[in-house]
Amino acid sequence: MLTDLTLVQARDGLRRRSFTAAELTDAHLDAIAVHNPALNAYITVTADLARQQAAAADAALAGGDTRPLLGLPLAIKDLFCTKGTRTTAGSRILESFVPPYESTVTANLLRDGAVFLGKANLDEFAMGSSNMTSAYGPVQSPWTRGDGAKLVPGGSSGGSAAAVAARLALGATATDTGGSIRQPASFCGIAGIKPTYGRCSRWGIVAFASSLDQAGPVARTVEDCAVLLGSMAGFDPLDSTSAQLPVPDFAAACARGVRGLRIGVPREYRSDDMPQEVEALWQQGLGWLREQGAEIVDVSLPHTKYGLATYYIVAPAECSSNLARYDGVRFGLRVDGQDLTDLYERTRAEGFGAEVKRRIMIGTYVLSAGYYDAYYLRAQKVRALILRDFMEAFQHVDALVTPTAPSAAFAQGENMDDPIKMYLNDIFTVPASMAGVPGMSVPGGLDAQGLPLGLQVLGRPFDEETVFAVAAALERAAGFAHRPGGLA
Amino acid sequence: MSYTVEGSTGPWEVVIGLEVHAQVTSRSKLFSGAATAFGADPNTQVSFVDAAFPGMLPVINQECVAQAVRTGLGLDAQINLVSRFDRKNYFYADLPAGYQISQYAHPVVGAGTVEIELPDGSSKRIGVTRLHLEQDAGKSLHDQHPTKSYIDLNRSGVALMEIVSEPDLRSPEEAGAYLRKLRTILRYLGTCDGNMEEGSMRADVNVSVRHAGEPFRTRCEVKNVNSVRFVMQAIEAEAVRQVAVWEAGGTVDQETRLFDPTRGETRSLRSKEDAHDYRYFPDPDLLPLVLDEAWVAQLRAGLPELPDAKRARFAAGYGLPPYDAAVLVADQETAAFFEAVAQGRDAKQAANWMMGDFFAALNRTGRTIADSPVSAIALGQLLDLLADKTINGRIAKEVFEAMVETGQDPASIVESKGLRQVTDTGAIDAAVDKVLAAHPDKLAEYRSGKDKLFGFFVGQVMKAMAGKGNPALVNEALKARLL
Repeated sequence: MLTDLTLVQARDGLRRRSFTAAELTDAHLDAIAVHNPALNAYITVTADLARQQAAAADAALAGGDTRPLLGLPLAIKDLFCTKGTRTTAGSRILESFVPPYESTVTANLLRDGAVFLGKANLDEFAMGSSNMTSAYGPVQSPWTRGDGAKLVPGGSSGGSAAAVAARLALGATATDTGGSIRQPASFCGIAGIKPTYGRCSRWGIVAFASSLDQAGPVARTVEDCAVLLGSMAGFDPLDSTSAQLPVPDFAAACARGVRGLRIGVPREYRSDDMPQEVEALWQQGLGWLREQGAEIVDVSLPHTKYGLATYYIVAPAECSSNLARYDGVRFGLRVDGQDLTDLYERTRAEGFGAEVKRRIMIGTYVLSAGYYDAYYLRAQKVRALILRDFMEAFQHVDALVTPTAPSAAFAQGENMDDPIKMYLNDIFTVPASMAGVPGMSVPGGLDAQGLPLGLQVLGRPFDEETVFAVAAALERAAGFAHRPGGLA
Repeated sequence: MSYTVEGSTGPWEVVIGLEVHAQVTSRSKLFSGAATAFGADPNTQVSFVDAAFPGMLPVINQECVAQAVRTGLGLDAQINLVSRFDRKNYFYADLPAGYQISQYAHPVVGAGTVEIELPDGSSKRIGVTRLHLEQDAGKSLHDQHPTKSYIDLNRSGVALMEIVSEPDLRSPEEAGAYLRKLRTILRYLGTCDGNMEEGSMRADVNVSVRHAGEPFRTRCEVKNVNSVRFVMQAIEAEAVRQVAVWEAGGTVDQETRLFDPTRGETRSLRSKEDAHDYRYFPDPDLLPLVLDEAWVAQLRAGLPELPDAKRARFAAGYGLPPYDAAVLVADQETAAFFEAVAQGRDAKQAANWMMGDFFAALNRTGRTIADSPVSAIALGQLLDLLADKTINGRIAKEVFEAMVETGQDPASIVESKGLRQVTDTGAIDAAVDKVLAAHPDKLAEYRSGKDKLFGFFVGQVMKAMAGKGNPALVNEALKARLL
């Protein structure tokens, strides 16, 4: 089946003319037609556009064009603005919003010849860890467990991860603010990397928390992620926080191996209530790296315990300001009112879901006069300490390895009554977001219920190459070849 | 004599501080590439950034930063090599992002001064607290439709400099002088065109009153006053109101007020309790603004001569009285015009001509110095004709009026109208003889001691010569004949 190919295999097949881009795209569109009604991984499928792009790719391939993503069908998280294609951010408030511009990241992918299958579902405004907060319905994971419960794919890039795991795309764009690439990758048994903050342009991505948001790919292999990130990344003068650095050959880094690398194990990530299977997989992963020539070193990240608390101050604060523009005045949903204030209140009451409202209220509170110093300012100070922890650790080690998430995927509806419990999903991913360092999740194995568990690799700022090398080493050792049961 | 408001409990001193919003002269906006030209059709100068579309990001316009730094240097202020942009959050229909990007905690320019000249010839240094960069909002139009408001986003994102003064001003006149001086400096620097009627400069006026020697009392802020005259009126009206409140046993509440120029009064806009909580925080879309010292030095080296320096030079170099120098430097083009006229000539005479006949002619014809009918070269030529005695002072005024009317150069006018001064002593003597012969009675009176009649004879001789007689020679000839 063409949809079972990895992105790199499909690229090579196209170049060898073993099949056409049209065939490859049709295979994915067919799979979407079969599986998407149940999975709800796509909010919008752009079949016509995809076929046009595939036809153009075939013509280019015939001419010997070797652009890195030529003819490769991808899913685009519906947080990336796509010119002429509706972009909802998973929210009612953008139900009818068709951007007149293309985000830099997706423009880079188009430049390199990619085919866009459609817009992937997500938690509303990327706020969530379960994909339950989407205004377009929850995404169902293609994975199943014994009790038959419908599982979440994780979030917020749940549609992207589910689509890739279910073979409804070769790869997908995603974004990560506190774990939104890594946690769904872990839940769905695929790879995903949040690069260093500043590596990918944020221009044209609907903002959640500007100082944390970072785009990255999810795909079924580490190398596929490396190829995708190579196209997505790069300096953009339209994003003041974009890094003016060359983009290395990430794919080449995947083959480097780990011999001689020092791998840190942050002791603060250990806890008594960590599920035994998660702990076991972690030790297993460290063992694999040791076997391949890496040295395992204990390190300390003393401010880890403040990561989640500070994240849930900084991210809502920025979101409360970033989402003020959804006011019903210029674009998106408008619910008329008796006066301007009434129009704002009705529009935002109807347009935003409960989780978005909760975070706007938290953010408004922590920025308000009299509370700013105690919450936001202090959180920023702690954030600086979290970064310092990482930089000190990276003086002794080349990368860190931890579990990605404290558990495997949970069922739809679980954790919904307790936001704090939901937020705890991000406990291992949030510190790297706060520090801006790169982090990747790679599938390590299955838990007792047959659900994927991921391992997280964290690296130095702008050293994604080492992250890819370590992740690829884990991937080789794990030999993760399980397919989601829901695909049968 | 210092300015006070007289109350029943005695004189009250007025304490004033100004926050001036000056639109930065730049081709594009502070964080987007959209144009800034005044008077364009509504919503034709709006980028997706200015309209705060999803995913749009601000990118700082370096020219706007350069303009702010130039202004800071022109105010003799501290330039902060590291500053920061903050978000000021509030909802309004003409504020697309729901926040204004401003510099709250760390402005680009720190403390500076503006020296103002007062009518009594003294001067006073007014402290500038800070200058920061911020975005302008759009404009709400409430009079276009019976039930709807229209929004024009052309101004949205345009760069403003907010220039905050210390509460150093003590009278409407001082406030007016400060605003005019600040405007002059901005115009010299080319960093703001200072056109208050186009909204390029607006002032928020902070006013409080106190008895001499007291600490400051509560102030009120009168928002968005858009002319020097209105600022002065608003201060007076607000001070009188506050005095009345205090003297009636009340207290002045800190609040924001608006000035109504037609009624000449201020009225409450919102009280402190209703004040917005702007939830300022550093804008995460922007990095701290870090300036290179060498770049600042380069901007400093490129500054024009500023009004105070020019005034000092005019006084010292041209020997002008302080008042003349101050008038001539108030506007850069006037100063340049003066220098072109005064170059190699009698500077005091040049100043007199400019401040007299020339300014009067501009006023009368409604022209500005830029489209003046008389060029600096032509005015200089007129002074030359005076200096070489081709014409006399009276004829010069006639020639000047013809220049204003026709735009012709003075030499042609003198030639075509035959206005050349007569220095032929024979012709003068003849005219003198004729006048004395025609007025035997006056001659007798003069000879009997009525010296004042000398002027009468001068006038008659000049009249007989159609004004073209050389006044000195006429005097000389008359004196000789009357001895």
